[in-house]
Amino acid sequence: MAGFYDSADAAVAGITDGSTILVGGFGSAGQPVELIDALRRLGARDLTVVSNNAGNGDFGLAALLTAGQVRKMVCSFPRQSDSWVFDELYRAGKIELEVVPQGNLAERMRAAGAGIGAFFGPTGVGTPLAEGKEQRTIDGRQYVLEYPIRGDIALIKAHRSDRMGNLVYRKTARNFGPVMATAATTTVVQVGEIVPTGDLDPEAVVTPGIFVDRVVEIR
Amino acid sequence: MSLSKAELAATVARDIPHGAYVNLGIGQPTMVADHLAPDRGVVLHTENGMLGMGRAAVGDEIDPDLINAGKVPVTQPPGAVYFHHADSFAMMRGGHLDVCVLGAFQVSARGDLANWHTGEPGAIPAVGGAMDLAIGAKQVFVMMTLFTRDGTPKLVPECTYPLTGLRCVSRVYTELGVFEIEEGGVRVRETFGITPAELQTRLDIELLQDRP
Repeated sequence: MAGFYDSADAAVAGITDGSTILVGGFGSAGQPVELIDALRRLGARDLTVVSNNAGNGDFGLAALLTAGQVRKMVCSFPRQSDSWVFDELYRAGKIELEVVPQGNLAERMRAAGAGIGAFFGPTGVGTPLAEGKEQRTIDGRQYVLEYPIRGDIALIKAHRSDRMGNLVYRKTARNFGPVMATAATTTVVQVGEIVPTGDLDPEAVVTPGIFVDRVVEIR
Repeated sequence: MSLSKAELAATVARDIPHGAYVNLGIGQPTMVADHLAPDRGVVLHTENGMLGMGRAAVGDEIDPDLINAGKVPVTQPPGAVYFHHADSFAMMRGGHLDVCVLGAFQVSARGDLANWHTGEPGAIPAVGGAMDLAIGAKQVFVMMTLFTRDGTPKLVPECTYPLTGLRCVSRVYTELGVFEIEEGGVRVRETFGITPAELQTRLDIELLQDRP
């Protein structure tokens, strides 16, 4: 059952050094900035962060990188016009990078959340990103074996939660949130508003509360 | 005359079927949207989780939660829908997307695509959704200049840059001509300001020039 917390700091308490953290967001849309800030204050180090990008500007994920708490980034698109923090760390050899095609990133987390041991996907066949991976021809088409990506923690942002931890999102800020929520041992969500149970349309709930462990309202 | 960027975008737009589900890649392909009249019924997909994406947002319309894959604020017209990333890429990988339009560093004569990484030392690799799009859409249109700034062809016998996808490109749109990638080779469909024979002299691949 989802627990409700008074602050972002309380919601991220207990995250340990060496954890794998799934961080929601596509650029800044859906990035759980206040939870990341709390993780930075908590000071957990040697983290592996799985997120589509590797931080924008100097805030949120970029600030966590600046603080030297991240050992490795797993992402699809680290290089952007405003990814100077990551770029500098990478060029200085101070951070590891695993580049994963965006659809594989999503599907590998989906597999983790759905209890799938691995899957054969067509993305990346014949490219450097498939090198060294097991391949198989199925019905005449070549596929690459991809393993799940599991998180110890997911930090995501949603629009609203009810008191059951059921979530709805807002526009394209949804992106990786629903998938990451399923793929971590502990899913921590910051929401713009907590509403009374019964106020969310059950037909419109995107993430059922079973996937949610901790909720904090950040207005 | 060779085509301007706007004319090239209009040429790509002309070939997109009515009612198609289409993903326009970041950069120049985005310009294709400017030439798709609403009565064409083309539905734009953006891989960060939206179908029926509207035009770029201006002024008060700008909402940081509503962006396209290039992270540019866009609008939400009637009929637009949102979904999460795994569903968004299932739309590609599952063969539901009719067309995607991508930029490229190189395309090979058999349709291999290189558009994500120069492979240069110090370059930070960033693939985004390019590999998923390349193998997922039913038709992959590439939109690029035919030559680099120093005059090297980008339509080549074999890609020298790291690949994005194998045998995935169906058509290449350039300022000098449109090329179909076919089983038997590369066919010139039309040229702009240059004859097919002149084009042949500037490329290292054999061009098929007549319709079968």
